[in-house]
Amino acid sequence: MEFDPFLLARVQFAANISFHILFPTITIGLCWVLFYFRLRYTFSGDKAWEYAYYFWVKIFALSFALGVVSGITMSFQFGTNWPGFMERAGNIAGPLLGYEVLTAFFLEASFLGIMLFGKDRVSNRTHLIATALVAAGTTFSAFWILSLNSWMQTPAGYRIEEGVFFVESWWAAIFNPSFPYRFAHMLNASLLTASFLIMGISAWRAMRGVDGPATWKVMRTGALMAAVLAPLQVWIGDLHGLNTLKHQPAKIAAIEGIWETEKGAALTLFGFPDEEAKTTHMAIKVPGLASLVLTHEWDGELLGLNEFEDEHPPVAPVFWAFRVMVGIGMLMVLVGWWAAWRLFRNRDENRDTQVWLLRALSVMTFSGWVAVLAGWYVTEIGRQPWVVDGLLRTSEVVADHSSATLAGTLFGYILLYAFLLVSYIAALRYLATKPARSLSLTPQQRAMDAERAEGDA
Amino acid sequence: MDLGYWLPLFFAGAMGLALLIYVILDGYDLGIGMLLPFADDDQKDVMVAAIGPFWDANETWIVLGVGILLIAFPQAHGIVLTSLYLPVTIMLMGLILRGVSFDFRVKAGDKHKAKWNALFAVGSLVASVCQGWMLGAFVTGLTGDATSTLFAVLIALALPALYIMLGAAWLLIKTDGELFNKAVRWGQLAVLPMGGFLLLISIATPMVSDTIADKWFTLPNAIGLMPIPIATALAYAGLIWIFNNRQILHNGYGWLAFVMLIVMCVLASIGLAYSLFPDIVLGRLSIWDAASATESLLFTFWGAVITLPMILGYTIYIYRVFRGKATNLSYE
Repeated sequence: MEFDPFLLARVQFAANISFHILFPTITIGLCWVLFYFRLRYTFSGDKAWEYAYYFWVKIFALSFALGVVSGITMSFQFGTNWPGFMERAGNIAGPLLGYEVLTAFFLEASFLGIMLFGKDRVSNRTHLIATALVAAGTTFSAFWILSLNSWMQTPAGYRIEEGVFFVESWWAAIFNPSFPYRFAHMLNASLLTASFLIMGISAWRAMRGVDGPATWKVMRTGALMAAVLAPLQVWIGDLHGLNTLKHQPAKIAAIEGIWETEKGAALTLFGFPDEEAKTTHMAIKVPGLASLVLTHEWDGELLGLNEFEDEHPPVAPVFWAFRVMVGIGMLMVLVGWWAAWRLFRNRDENRDTQVWLLRALSVMTFSGWVAVLAGWYVTEIGRQPWVVDGLLRTSEVVADHSSATLAGTLFGYILLYAFLLVSYIAALRYLATKPARSLSLTPQQRAMDAERAEGDA
Repeated sequence: MDLGYWLPLFFAGAMGLALLIYVILDGYDLGIGMLLPFADDDQKDVMVAAIGPFWDANETWIVLGVGILLIAFPQAHGIVLTSLYLPVTIMLMGLILRGVSFDFRVKAGDKHKAKWNALFAVGSLVASVCQGWMLGAFVTGLTGDATSTLFAVLIALALPALYIMLGAAWLLIKTDGELFNKAVRWGQLAVLPMGGFLLLISIATPMVSDTIADKWFTLPNAIGLMPIPIATALAYAGLIWIFNNRQILHNGYGWLAFVMLIVMCVLASIGLAYSLFPDIVLGRLSIWDAASATESLLFTFWGAVITLPMILGYTIYIYRVFRGKATNLSYE
């Protein structure tokens, strides 16, 4: 069976970027949480916050390493899989990536060393600043890469000469129409992912009685974040959707499964889109609601897929991914509020009375990952068939590799990523069973602890 | 001033410099990775601690190097990376394994530590060999014929030898006691193969490329170039002498070995730059043909002029913070 090299190149890139995005999603948010732990420890002197910091910095370092190595893969794959993209759009994409390397990558990679190993070598204040610099680095990185991604979705500030993009205005290109929404949506997604990760692992620890006061403090931090940020995300998401409707109506038509342009379009809650029959089977619809949500009018007009013959994305994956994202988002709002209510009322830290909450949080540990992946599938598959929306087709920029080469390397990547993902989750589980006190000690202190324990016995 | 002339030149220089810094800095990381199987378990921890605070930033230099290729020379970026698709892909897998093993070897639990140590070494070896293969293919203009393949194989063997030397020399700076003695032994064993490869490469380079042969052997250029092989030979002799001189090694001057290796790397890259210039893909594409639009280069130029000194500044700061022997640095 012969596979289409174009499809294989896309699947390979998708596999890499999907694996990659898991880790920055955690680290961008988690690093600010770590900075908060570090501040609380510095100002309160409460050891629990120090334990929290040293426990979570380990998970941060592991996630960061996975993000770095898979990110390097991305920087090469622009060239190995999509040489045409850089040849045509390199004048704009290149500098944005360059600024990411110069302002973010070195900053975070350098000060991470101090964050992890510098406790005894620099002052408390320098260590605090190093943590803030790493957090700032991860955020700068997100700024530049989301600016580039947004430019591909809503290009601005350019002119085209003989098929090659040239910049007209850097300001317009960087702050292109969808960038503020996408940047806010992603940063908030990252903080939400981190909040459910820290709540989930803390809940797991609490259920097994592994740890003391730090665990519940961390859980409460996560609950407060989730209770505020999850509803905020719904609002940002709505604004982002309105922005997409204005600039990429074909994507919205696919998301909502609107086949023909209509006024007062119904919102399809659920169904099976069928592109050949141009209909959604077994659709459950709420009349007029899609128009209301997107145009804020009951009889607002929405463009259907019929307006974008050969220029609209595949409907089913976009339609489904969107529902997964929204479904998890709504669940996050509910669980976030529930957790905040249960954890702040009476400060109940009893694992027996909180057992249902702890189970729920534990199940939700990686919910942020699923929502973020689903969200990126909506926006990236939703941009197809374009690599630069409306201007450059993805099929025009693909590299000329044989299917055998692509299939072989794709197989290698998938095997490697599956292995790493399993190892990552296993390592998190293993770390979660270790009490936090041992984590903030030097090896010598730990050896002394062990001796004392033997003496007691 | 003609920016269309000077900016590509600036970025070609910056790219060369970034890749040179990468070879030296991640070179010692990868070298230590390859030496890991020859140390006992406690020594392995010290060896990883000797590179722990630095490796991440060290590895970022290759991202900058490839980044500049992509930013400043998008036409070449496509040609180079599609031609090198296979070695690049395998190298990336090596770098992935090496990079994650730093954390997994101490975080996945003691019963998995041996497995991650092994993957650390395998990842380092694979990445080093592939980088040599890429460099060999690049120098011969990505033609892919039999002679250039043979040449690429030669560099694929030589580069790991250089990295092992850098790793051994770095351990002279960062360790003491039993491990220090082992590092001396490793250096003594690797220095001759490295020198042999270096000589073979010097002989083979003008044979695989007529363009390079012309540049090397026409007068008066040939005379002007003489200092490069002479200085390289002197640095190499110095390296052998240091690794065999107990007095120098045990009086805390082991860092001189690392300096000699830096000198050799710098000289080799000057020679390479001279051989390739002004082409970015030898015989096919010059740096000016491959360059991005001038306004794009100028925008990145200002960013680079502001940030590169800052990057160099805090890199030096990090090396100062973590100066001295690496004995009590826990990677957990």
